[in-house]
Amino acid sequence: MSGQDAFTPPIGQPWKKPPFVKNAGLRWLLILGFAAYLVAAFMTIEVNWSRVYEGLERGKQFILAFTSPDFTSRSSDIWDGMVESIVMTIASSVVGIAISIPIALGAARNVAPLPIYLICRGIIAISRALQEIIVAILLVAIFGFGPLAGFLTLSFATIGFLSKLLAEDIESMDRVQAEAIKASGARWMQWINYGVQPQVMPRLIGLSIYRLDINFRESAILGLVGAGGIGATLNTAFDRYEYDTAAAILITIIVIVMALEYLSGIIRARVQ
Amino acid sequence: MPVRESGSLKLWQRRTQRESLSHWALWLIGIAIFAYCWQQISEATTWFFVWDAPRITQDIWSRATPPKWEYITQLGKPIWDTLNIATLGTIIALIMAVPIAFLAARNTTPSLLLIRPIALLIIVSTRSINSLIWALLLIAIIGPGVFAGVIAIAIRSIGFCAKLLYEAIEEIDTTQVEAITATGASRWQIMAYGIVPQIMPAFAGIAVFRWDINIRESTVLGLVGAGGIGLQLSSSLNVLAWPQVSLILLVILAAVVISEWVSAKVRAAII
Repeated sequence: MSGQDAFTPPIGQPWKKPPFVKNAGLRWLLILGFAAYLVAAFMTIEVNWSRVYEGLERGKQFILAFTSPDFTSRSSDIWDGMVESIVMTIASSVVGIAISIPIALGAARNVAPLPIYLICRGIIAISRALQEIIVAILLVAIFGFGPLAGFLTLSFATIGFLSKLLAEDIESMDRVQAEAIKASGARWMQWINYGVQPQVMPRLIGLSIYRLDINFRESAILGLVGAGGIGATLNTAFDRYEYDTAAAILITIIVIVMALEYLSGIIRARVQ
Repeated sequence: MPVRESGSLKLWQRRTQRESLSHWALWLIGIAIFAYCWQQISEATTWFFVWDAPRITQDIWSRATPPKWEYITQLGKPIWDTLNIATLGTIIALIMAVPIAFLAARNTTPSLLLIRPIALLIIVSTRSINSLIWALLLIAIIGPGVFAGVIAIAIRSIGFCAKLLYEAIEEIDTTQVEAITATGASRWQIMAYGIVPQIMPAFAGIAVFRWDINIRESTVLGLVGAGGIGLQLSSSLNVLAWPQVSLILLVILAAVVISEWVSAKVRAAII
């Protein structure tokens, strides 16, 4: 009973908290390895402290800019960028979700046969391994600047995220209901529609709204590589040291994200 | 159960007439919004480039293969930098996230009305802005380099870690805390012996999970000048050195897969 030993110390010795990692050798190895890594890391990072010190003044200006954000002088740029970001978000979420539903069905082992399962899992793995910004760089090189590249990037990223989580939900569904539908002589489509779909619908709605939220956040950076959205405006504002405009854009992003999160909380509470 | 009468027969329906009408209306609105969005995108697109895309893809592919393998000797330092950005960023974030999480959790916050909203505001605002934007900002403030990347990753991770951590704190077993309180423990002792042991596994899990995400994010931070392998990627892209680009992409892919594997193993060992 080693578990009890930790709580009943030998007589005459004070009680000590049981350590988080039980094996003493492993514990020391982890601590020493970590310390060695930290030393090596700090040795190789070059910090230009005088530059950092000079920057503190600009940092203060930026933080102060949040108290007086400037929405007006670049209002048309901010508005155009925001509309483009939102348009990209909505379009890519719709297309991404529409494509991920069949892929999720294919990636669920209890619905799809093995070859299809492997293909769909492969698609999911590729989509998840490539980051949005890298995909965006390649797509901008291929399709040119503009929101189309951003739209395709976000759709591609949505597929990996949504299909994986939805497939896991389909795999853990209640078999009994689905079997009852099958026993009534339903065709495959009817089986999916009446046996599977009602069980995963709440999760699908919740995930879709969550992904909408993520897509909006990601659409804010795609502009940095020329894929449309508010990112380009933000980048310009930083480059020109217009901190008050940058603060205005950041505040708008935060407000929209908060509103989306609040909305998704309400909708998810309603469907579940 | 919704039923439709046809003659003497009663037919089962999935929805009542009212429900199907509102479903139909929702679909109509949704499709209208999507059509509008698509129109906006297509207006801003130069379609000539899109029709030309297959040829361009082939062209880039033929330039990018085979990867320039000998270039890997120059990638050692950038990878080490990337690893440092992710790891040090995660550590700094965790150090800052712990107090914020305790201030934000309903059952440990000193003041529900004043301090909790401030902590939640910090969590939301750091979480909703991408690390690339933080990096952009920090480069404008403290100059380009690895240090800006570390701080950018740290700030971005605070919100994420603090959110998961405060949810874990809110879900703790109160009987253990009460037992510690009943022994006459002080506020700090309650925290150290009643709360911390309960959230330790969650904390370790969050740390490794975030580290994995941070490896991913730090590989691209260099695109805006914040150090790491992204710097090499951006300079190779700028001179159109496609064989180098393809090698860097392969290295990034390998780093992401390895970090995900490590994080999955560690989390499986903890939970």
